[in-house]
Amino acid sequence: MTEMSSVPWLTIMGLIPLVGSLVVAFAPGSALMAKRLALGFSLATLVVGIVAALQFQINSPKQFQLGEQASWIPQFGVSYSLGVDGIALVLILMSLVLTPICLIAAWNDVEEETAEAGGARNVKTYFALLLVLETFMVGVFAATDVFLFYAFFEAMLIPIYFLIGRFGGARRQYAAMKFLLFSLAGGLVMLVAVIALYLQGPGGSDGFLIERLTGLSMDPTTERLLFVGFFVAFAIKAPMVPFHTWLPDAATESTPATATLLVGVLDKVGTFGMIRFCLQLFPEASHWATPVVVVLAVVSVIYGALLAIGQTDMMRLISYTSVSHFGFIVLGIFAFTNVGSAGSTLYMVNHGFSTAALFLFAAMLVHRRGSKRIPDYGGWQSVTPALGGIFLIAAMSALALPGLSTFVSEFLVLVGTFPTRPAAAVIATSGIILAALYMLLMYKKIMTGPPPGDLIGERALARLTAEEQAQPEHARRSLVRDLSTREKLLATPLIAVILVLGFYPNLALNPINPAVDKSLSHVLTPAAGNAAAEGSSK
Amino acid sequence: MQSGMETLATLANGAGTYAAGVVTHDGEAHAATGFTSYAWLLVALPLVGAAVLLLGGRRTDKFGPLLATALSWGAFLVGAILFIGMLGRDDGDRPKSVHLFDWVAGGSFNVSAGMLLDQLSLVFVLLITFVGSLIHVYSLGYMEHDPDKRRFFAYLNLFVAAMLLLVLADSYLLLYVGWEGVGLASYLLIGFWHYNPAFATAGNKAFVMNRVGDLGLSIGIFIMFFHFGGVDFSTVFAGAEAVNGVNQGFMTAIGLMLLLAACGKSAQFPLQAWLGDAMAGPTPVSALIHAATMVTAGVYLVVRSAPIFEATPDAQTVVVIVGAITLLFGAIVGCAKDDIKKALAASTMSQIGYMMLAAGLGPVGYAFAIAHLLTHGFFKAGMFLGAGSVMHAMDNQVDMRRFGGLFSLTKITAVTFGVGWLAIIGFPGLSGFFTKDKIIEAAFIGVGWRPWVFGLAALIGAGVTAFYMSRLYFMTFLGKKRWTDDVHPHESPLTMTIPMMVLSLGSGFLGLLLVPTGFITGWLNPAFGIAETAEEHPVVAPIIITLVTLLLIVAGVGLAYLRYIRDDVPVLAPTGSLVTQAARQDLYQDQINEGLFMRPGVHLTRSLVFADSKGVDGAAGGLAAMIGGSSSRLRKLQNGFARSYALTMLAGVVAILGALWVIS
Repeated sequence: MTEMSSVPWLTIMGLIPLVGSLVVAFAPGSALMAKRLALGFSLATLVVGIVAALQFQINSPKQFQLGEQASWIPQFGVSYSLGVDGIALVLILMSLVLTPICLIAAWNDVEEETAEAGGARNVKTYFALLLVLETFMVGVFAATDVFLFYAFFEAMLIPIYFLIGRFGGARRQYAAMKFLLFSLAGGLVMLVAVIALYLQGPGGSDGFLIERLTGLSMDPTTERLLFVGFFVAFAIKAPMVPFHTWLPDAATESTPATATLLVGVLDKVGTFGMIRFCLQLFPEASHWATPVVVVLAVVSVIYGALLAIGQTDMMRLISYTSVSHFGFIVLGIFAFTNVGSAGSTLYMVNHGFSTAALFLFAAMLVHRRGSKRIPDYGGWQSVTPALGGIFLIAAMSALALPGLSTFVSEFLVLVGTFPTRPAAAVIATSGIILAALYMLLMYKKIMTGPPPGDLIGERALARLTAEEQAQPEHARRSLVRDLSTREKLLATPLIAVILVLGFYPNLALNPINPAVDKSLSHVLTPAAGNAAAEGSSK
Repeated sequence: MQSGMETLATLANGAGTYAAGVVTHDGEAHAATGFTSYAWLLVALPLVGAAVLLLGGRRTDKFGPLLATALSWGAFLVGAILFIGMLGRDDGDRPKSVHLFDWVAGGSFNVSAGMLLDQLSLVFVLLITFVGSLIHVYSLGYMEHDPDKRRFFAYLNLFVAAMLLLVLADSYLLLYVGWEGVGLASYLLIGFWHYNPAFATAGNKAFVMNRVGDLGLSIGIFIMFFHFGGVDFSTVFAGAEAVNGVNQGFMTAIGLMLLLAACGKSAQFPLQAWLGDAMAGPTPVSALIHAATMVTAGVYLVVRSAPIFEATPDAQTVVVIVGAITLLFGAIVGCAKDDIKKALAASTMSQIGYMMLAAGLGPVGYAFAIAHLLTHGFFKAGMFLGAGSVMHAMDNQVDMRRFGGLFSLTKITAVTFGVGWLAIIGFPGLSGFFTKDKIIEAAFIGVGWRPWVFGLAALIGAGVTAFYMSRLYFMTFLGKKRWTDDVHPHESPLTMTIPMMVLSLGSGFLGLLLVPTGFITGWLNPAFGIAETAEEHPVVAPIIITLVTLLLIVAGVGLAYLRYIRDDVPVLAPTGSLVTQAARQDLYQDQINEGLFMRPGVHLTRSLVFADSKGVDGAAGGLAAMIGGSSSRLRKLQNGFARSYALTMLAGVVAILGALWVIS
């Protein structure tokens, strides 16, 4: 089931940022040096990732490739086992592209944005934590051992907890704690399920391997309980309504780079887990739970969108749009058609870049004006036209404008859901109207109309030198610059990916398709899957 | 369903091999060869223009507008060459398909990006690129002093590219890209003067109402994929023709969903409310997007989807009803508007109602829907440009009560506008006479109540059109001058007047070229089987219909003469009757939308935001007691027992893992 690799690509991919984080944290030198090192390590990881992706065979008969396996805790059946299918591959590549972009975005965070006082020490810690996070992101998508996955799943909490709690805004500790409590609660439930699953399996020194746990014949009640154990943890992580309330707090209190990685990558672990574990390990229970899951997914789509419309804080608004988007992803997964699943997987990738664009471009506004409150803005398109332009592209990407990458995935999810769940698909489709509302209303309030009298808000004012502060208001206006080189550097790849994957989505879909078929083969074999098979056979 | 599955199986073979070509209604489109395979240039040229102007920034300020104009003419040139090439081929050999690349392949959903060049798409290409290029030229003069004119031309080019993609796409999914692409361009151009909040709101309104239509397009495509296994025209139309029995539920559903999409894009009832506000955009935009091309895309969609609508007479009837309601709605509103652009917008809505009505009639109406669409593109664009010229002369005044007597001061504008006016009211010999008269005749074809209701609606509409268009012309160009002394009307520069002259030539003669010669019916016949229906006759003799139409037109013009030339036009609008008041308020469309959707929607989101922060947040995970509540409790959460609780939990996890490791 796993095609072994002679070169441990995935381990290398995970090790580079880990080593990098140690170097960044402990090497002597200036803060600037630490930042450059961190960026260098993340770029090196990306290069390795691309080289590894080129080794990937799209039409391999095995489920996983680039495989590595070593015994870890044989007494307990745990192996250090890595491997990727097309789904994991595209998600890892997305993480590897997003990390350097986020590092560039985070360049001046510690000095300027966070409540924490500056200093090289803090800068080093911040960048080291972001690199540690990258290691875990690779690990969690690449793990082919259920326990190893769980270990990465929980380990990710640690860097994120510190990233939010130390480097966030005023209510950062509250947000970090809330995030941790929700995640731990989900994690504990999952831990019980993980152990119980092992007991159901064949056991042995590699009893936690996914391939050993696939296709078990379990008592339906046990299977359903195990399913629930995994699903709740994933639903909290994703997040789905009603487990979503930690996200807006976490996203708005953390730095934009953290928020991007949190929503863009880490939350995907939830939906990734649903495909990889819920559908593959518990096919019967997945069918059993589908009606409830589909309803929750549709509720997430509509509810998240309605709440986004009602927000006045732009970071909160963006996180509620993600609640809505995650609803689409879950819907596509539980449609049990290859179109829906492929769409959901592509959605995970596209949403990563689209949300990154939203968070990071919004942060550029916040940086200039010093406020996250939408009513504090107005007329910014005339102040910073280029920033207005890229912000519009991000907004269009979030509302899935045809021609951009997000349209393809959203459409695939819906057209793939319609054959098996027509009512759910139709209701969820009305989300496209709500998406237009939440994005265009925000864009209008921020970008159009007359600009506010004092362009530079209080918090942003504090960053200026005393000399600059002393200037009269009209002279200070010239201090509000359009996009800087650093900002262009991080915006360009994001927009490029959004355009390229809209124009040629097959770049991602080609590896995704066979992986989706393999994942679905389990859930579509039981008799209950007939209707779904019929839909997806089209 | 079973038979559906069988057709599916046979279809699957055909759909995969694109080289086989696209099937139109009457035959196969052959794979393109020679120059036809460069048809992608049509979309690429203006797209490159938009990209250069937007990315190039201020550096392209100097040459950008000229470049955009040149690229638009370049697209026209490509279109003209393609058209001439098509004229030289036999009917059966005319449609060509151009495969571009494999676009989306997700699971079993496969769509290629490809173009279908057939008789229908090419007449649109000519209309879009010719009128579009003329309007580029006009804008060189009209926008000359706007500091942001580079951005304006970039958006215009973007629009042309998206509109061409819309009409050239060979699948519903690619059409969707053009469909929302023109919506984006329209949104950007309506809100072009973004510092005016009302304009930005108008842009939002247009986009959101169009999205309601797009909901229909999406769902329509879902059903197509479910039943036919593909969303490219050839698969869908072959599937539609293979459907046994008329008025199958799902076919009617597809038809109605496509109609919903068409209503959004073409401002048809009940999604008409955005068009009047869209006049916030610069006038060349109103001429190109909100009169000549984009708003007619709904008619294109219905005509293009002919094989679907022919399988579902029920949906066709709804199309006709929508068309009839809208043509009267627009005509009534047009009578009460004092804003010259809004009056023209109401007229556009009404004229598209005519086209929609014709398109819903089936093969008897397709050719005339398209013919009217083409002539309307000329005379309405011409009149909008004329309105822009008047505004140019009058310091951007749009209130017709402040115009009057402009004929002698702006002669070129007045004459070109006059041709458009006579064309739209159906003055014998001019374009509108031929195309609208044919639609009225077609509306009288049929059995039972339908010909009488639809025919009379079309007939009455013609009379009302004559009244409100004459009112508009008289109030603007004739009668006494009513402008204030600080305004000095003057004729516009040649960059503006030449496009107006060219368009007025089209307004005059295009109908004559298209209809009496039988060109448009002959041209579109192979695609729609129009010839088979040529034998159907209206329930009233055509000569009587024509005479009655002319009588109503004379009555409409006469009434306008009495009220707006013989009587003085008050500078302030009189209160008017209840009907007039309702028409001024667009028959209360905004109030209805606000009461039904917006206000309840605002309440819903507000209460949900409240409920989410108080209820769901608190209840989730049973954390209510710790997380919700006062700030003192929050502080406790930060450093109190909650933190130790969390750490205990973390420690617990580690301990369990450790224990397991030790035990096993």
